[in-house]
Amino acid sequence: MPLFYGTEIRSRLLLGTARYPSPAVLAEAVRRSRTDIVTVSLRRETAGGRQGGAFFELIRELGVRVLPNTAGCHSVAEAVLTAKMARDVFETDWIKLEVIGHQDTLQPDVFGLVEGAGILTGEGFEVFPYTTDDLVVAERLLEAGCKVLMPWCAPIGSAMGPQNMQGLRAMRAEFPDVPLIVDAGIGRPSHATTVMELGYDAVLLNTAVAGAADPAAMAEAFAMAIDAGYAAHGAGMLEPRDMAVPSTPVIGKAVFS
Amino acid sequence: MKLTINGEEHEVQADTLAELLQYLEFEGDWLATAVNGELVQKAERADRRLQDSDRIEVLSPMQGG
Repeated sequence: MPLFYGTEIRSRLLLGTARYPSPAVLAEAVRRSRTDIVTVSLRRETAGGRQGGAFFELIRELGVRVLPNTAGCHSVAEAVLTAKMARDVFETDWIKLEVIGHQDTLQPDVFGLVEGAGILTGEGFEVFPYTTDDLVVAERLLEAGCKVLMPWCAPIGSAMGPQNMQGLRAMRAEFPDVPLIVDAGIGRPSHATTVMELGYDAVLLNTAVAGAADPAAMAEAFAMAIDAGYAAHGAGMLEPRDMAVPSTPVIGKAVFS
Repeated sequence: MKLTINGEEHEVQADTLAELLQYLEFEGDWLATAVNGELVQKAERADRRLQDSDRIEVLSPMQGG
């Protein structure tokens, strides 16, 4: 199992907690996904409000590790402050660092991301950067102290699946020893299998599970798909060929005419 | 004293951040606070004095992807 900042992970599926029809459905999806890491966020609380408390309790009861995010942050200052506030609440040095650069695609602002990653690692955070598949940016993030990379495979919530296979393949080849998690853009279990077959270490999902007609069943389907892709990568797959190759040996075949 | 709390202006009397939270009935060990863009940790709230026109953020856990 991969090590994220020295912590051994039991599952190669990381699950987001947003957009489920109810807390009960979320809890069931977490259980059936077999994940041990869920992503969470922070938002403004209303005076006298208890919404955050109820969610906090639910997460505690699930007994999983939390990976707080800086979702929705468009500046480095905002993301850094959110990370610090998340650490105070969730009592973890882990942070999924998002610095959003484009309104429509939610593409990361990779310049801000590198800057923010440097600031946060300097303050003892263990940063999981939500990035693109750009190799130069990835290198800069590693130089900034990141020990895990989380490239998108398509825009957040788009369900398009891997849009740049060459880019994902190149990233795996370039950084063979860095834990790589595909974060964002997965729509179907087959998409997750595909990236795991490339040798990725894990997949982070949210909308593909939460938005399914039966989120808990879909969580289980993804867990199986991720396991299948991981096992296939380890087993060594055939390369496609242009011509047919008979699978049944022809030597010794009877001749009837 | 005029304070901006989660983006809204309030007229309140509170010497410290801890007093303000109590006055506004923000309760629970799951809250995160910042004053003027700087984190104020849970343990520091009782010592963090407030001034007119301070900007205060009170956040709590929510679902995220």
